[in-house]
Amino acid sequence: MNASPDHLVQMVNDIAGFFDAEPDHDAAIAGIENHLRKFWDPRMRRKLIAHLQGGVAEIAPSARAAIARL
Amino acid sequence: MLSIVEKDFGTPAPRPARLWKNVGMRSGGDVDVAAKLVTLTIDGREISVSEGTSVMRAAALNDINIPKLCATETLDAFGSCRLCLVQIDGVRGYPASCTTPVAPGMKVTTQNAKLAELRLGVMELYISDHPLDCLTCPANGHCELQDMAGAVGLREVRYGYDGDNHVYAKQGGEANPRFVAKDESNPYFTFDPSKCIVCSRCVRACDEQQGTLALTIQGRGFDSKVSASQAEDFLDSECVSCGACVQACPTATLSEKSLISMGQAEHSITTTCAYCGVGCSFRAEMKGEEVVRMVPNKDGHANHGHSCVKGRFAIGYATHTDRIYKPMIRAKITDPWREVSWEEAIGYAASEFKRIQAKYGRDSIGGITSSRCTNEETYLVQKLVRAGFGNNNVDTCARVCHSPTGYGLKQTLGESAGTQNFDSVMQADVIMVIGANPTDGHPVFASQMKRRLREGAKLIVADPRRIDLVRTPHIEAQQHLKLRPGTNVALINSLAHVIVTEGLVKEDFVRERCEIESFDKWRHFVGDALHSPEAMEAVTGVPAAQVRAAARLYATGGNGAIYYGLGVTEHSQGSTMVMGIANLAMATGNIGREGVGVNPLRGQNNVQGSCDMGSFPHEFPGYRHVSDNAARDLLENAWGVNLLNEPGLRIPNMFEAALDGEFLGLYIEGEDIAQSDPNTQHVTAALTAMECIIVQDLFLNESAKFAHVFLPGSSFLEKDGTFTNAERRISPVRKVMKPKSGYADWEITQLLSNAMGYPMHYTHPSEIMDEIAALTPTFTGVSFARLDELGSIQWPCNEQHPEGTPTMHIDEFVRGKGRFMVTEYVPTSEKVNAKFPLILTTGRILSQYNVGAQTRRTENVTWHSEDRLELHPSDAETRGIKDGDWCGIASRAGETVLRASVTERVQPGVVYTTFHFPESGANVITTDNSDWATNCPEYKVTAVEVTRVSQPSEWQKRYREFSERQQELLEARDAADAR
Repeated sequence: MNASPDHLVQMVNDIAGFFDAEPDHDAAIAGIENHLRKFWDPRMRRKLIAHLQGGVAEIAPSARAAIARL
Repeated sequence: MLSIVEKDFGTPAPRPARLWKNVGMRSGGDVDVAAKLVTLTIDGREISVSEGTSVMRAAALNDINIPKLCATETLDAFGSCRLCLVQIDGVRGYPASCTTPVAPGMKVTTQNAKLAELRLGVMELYISDHPLDCLTCPANGHCELQDMAGAVGLREVRYGYDGDNHVYAKQGGEANPRFVAKDESNPYFTFDPSKCIVCSRCVRACDEQQGTLALTIQGRGFDSKVSASQAEDFLDSECVSCGACVQACPTATLSEKSLISMGQAEHSITTTCAYCGVGCSFRAEMKGEEVVRMVPNKDGHANHGHSCVKGRFAIGYATHTDRIYKPMIRAKITDPWREVSWEEAIGYAASEFKRIQAKYGRDSIGGITSSRCTNEETYLVQKLVRAGFGNNNVDTCARVCHSPTGYGLKQTLGESAGTQNFDSVMQADVIMVIGANPTDGHPVFASQMKRRLREGAKLIVADPRRIDLVRTPHIEAQQHLKLRPGTNVALINSLAHVIVTEGLVKEDFVRERCEIESFDKWRHFVGDALHSPEAMEAVTGVPAAQVRAAARLYATGGNGAIYYGLGVTEHSQGSTMVMGIANLAMATGNIGREGVGVNPLRGQNNVQGSCDMGSFPHEFPGYRHVSDNAARDLLENAWGVNLLNEPGLRIPNMFEAALDGEFLGLYIEGEDIAQSDPNTQHVTAALTAMECIIVQDLFLNESAKFAHVFLPGSSFLEKDGTFTNAERRISPVRKVMKPKSGYADWEITQLLSNAMGYPMHYTHPSEIMDEIAALTPTFTGVSFARLDELGSIQWPCNEQHPEGTPTMHIDEFVRGKGRFMVTEYVPTSEKVNAKFPLILTTGRILSQYNVGAQTRRTENVTWHSEDRLELHPSDAETRGIKDGDWCGIASRAGETVLRASVTERVQPGVVYTTFHFPESGANVITTDNSDWATNCPEYKVTAVEVTRVSQPSEWQKRYREFSERQQELLEARDAADAR
């Protein structure tokens, strides 16, 4: 049994699910970025970034934009 | 029997218009109206007391003790025993001092020849129907009846003892029809009607204090007798075994079995209960180092002399034979345990952790602090992780319960804690209970809430189940919003929609106190017709008219107070819902004074404290983010190390990292993640992947079965420290006996830290609190000395609030202006389908506590000896399941088997179970889904199918095998004594 990066994708999509309600798109992206910085261990951020670089993942556009800023 | 050290003033203190003032608050607006003093003369002494005080209490306050039997301070005056008669100048006859309030200029005589004659007559009648076995009676030494016989000088009983009576089993050789044998059905106390004087104190305690109304006086005149429900045994009756009746009884009629077997206590130490987040203050009544009984402290600020079956009675676990008192180690979890010295155990643990860090890096180990341990112990564990391990991989069980509360309230109000004290509920006019079951989870606070509801406050319950509070004696919810599990946010948005669109917003409050831009955004959002109760009805299942009525009631019914529990937080949108609740309170101005507020009912005794103490991987003590340079500088200077400015791993992230081979060592203090965390099979796979797990606990719990080092912990009776309850109330925990393993938990952490190379030199927990106070702005005024002085302190306690802060956010929010958050409803990905058509939700029961490690090892199993699956009759029928049948519950995560309870408490489509027994495997079924912000697991929503089965699940078979093997490895341990 190995930990799947899909779970991180699900987590970041859940985070985007909250911030996407924000009408200001840029504020939503900033909210996601801030959340990932404040609550995620750097290892999780790195793993997610590597996963996104390595292939296709169904990820919310705002989350993708936020991750790009990390 | 009352506490051996408390003085009973006979009747309660009068309740002024504003009962509890906001001690220490800057605002003058909410302060107690000074009670009017009344001056009278009692036995020639001029006495001044508050208006509304009884003559009895006024006298007792001045050490004039009027004889009494039916009066006791925790209950309203009753006036039945006629022993407290007095004479008052200008008043005819002999009024009862308990029911007579003081009046200006009143002249009272409490002792004269006539009063003595009357009292003697009363006592003679009482004693003529009471056994004379005083010397062998359990109440001997502390019997109010005996005391009163002495006080009135009873020397003979002219009526003799041969007449009609309730005392003797036989009368004139025949069976005595009035005699009722002793009822020993309750595991903790006995009821001996032959000793009863029918003072009604037990009945009134059950009514007024507990609010269960299980007891009554049956019959009239000489036939009168106390009866549980309809002349049933106590155990079979509606009695919830809170023990209020036992405490109220002035004789040995209701006696603790422990008192009967041990005799009277000789000293008493005030401490704090280690069960739920109510944090009741208790007097541990002791004989040497043995507890005779636990008596709730009349002066306890959280409980005012009340308790529940757990706190008062269920302490047997602390001395249970399953406890392990010697450290043990083993290289592999398939090896037998080896008992070793403390030195060897600590040395081995430290060398393993150092080895792992050397091989896999600094971040490859971490710790879990306990919400059951004291603040001081929790603080030390997080300090060990941050300063000793050099990373921020520290978390606590709050992760799986109230972490969304911390996040949501911080975002909106600015502080990660509830806004009120418990007593605030006595000023509430509308009480909204969301996703909480206070009568089971927080029973002592529930009793206070019920008291307020009986006084006429209105009740709204939002819960998928018909919890007891919905309809209970003299209480019926105005609205029960029976929503589908997982639709909380949809419901709170439609409540908000009604408030916004029907003009119920408290505009002046919002304008003055909140960020107006955030409010406008929120108003626009919830005002959309998409969120109307009518539009949301299909989602939540709650009729729109009911939602509208509830919203109107909350917004316009006077003081509106919201109480919520894990039914709010343990969802994929737990944090969103907490913010939704805060939005609602701000929009209606229901925050910042007594009687209102946002009140999380915390699960464990010190879950608030463990969060306050910096147990989260992203926050230092006092909720300061690890990236906050000023806070980090302060701690780095004090602790003499560099600290990381990046968050560490949360519990579920630790599991993931373990499976990735990056996280190999875990120090767990007093938590049982293998039982309490969701998706058990995932958790156990992660634990199996680790190279060194250190478990510090009372018992070889489920997690310890995967451990390599076992450090025997100490119970709350064995150490000094503090717990912080759901009201932010810091209360003292006091050592009443030596630690049975030799060390208190804080000492064990210190040993480990020293062995790891980060020195700690505390000699007493008070020094740890002093360090906390010096480094945490909200705790600067807290010390053990100050706690002794005040009894308890609600943080923030500092220069501005030297006596603490009962109500928060009075003049402004902690963050300045309140912030509204847009709370979009996002349905959980855990959906029902043809394969998993039912929703499983989980909860607790009164007699058991969380994973049950404590309560399963007490007589509380009498009430609940197994977890059952509640399902609705229609769901049961279509599956051919009858009450008591074994049924299999399968989810996407796993499968288990439980016995069925067919009941209409749950709605069709929803099933429910508790998780107090490990073999039930409730968490084998729960999934990895979690709150988006905090990773708090979604325990409350799991799609399942239920089928009738005849044998345990595969998981249960494996569990049983593994547990039996681990038990063998424990029993085969190489005992240090034997070597």
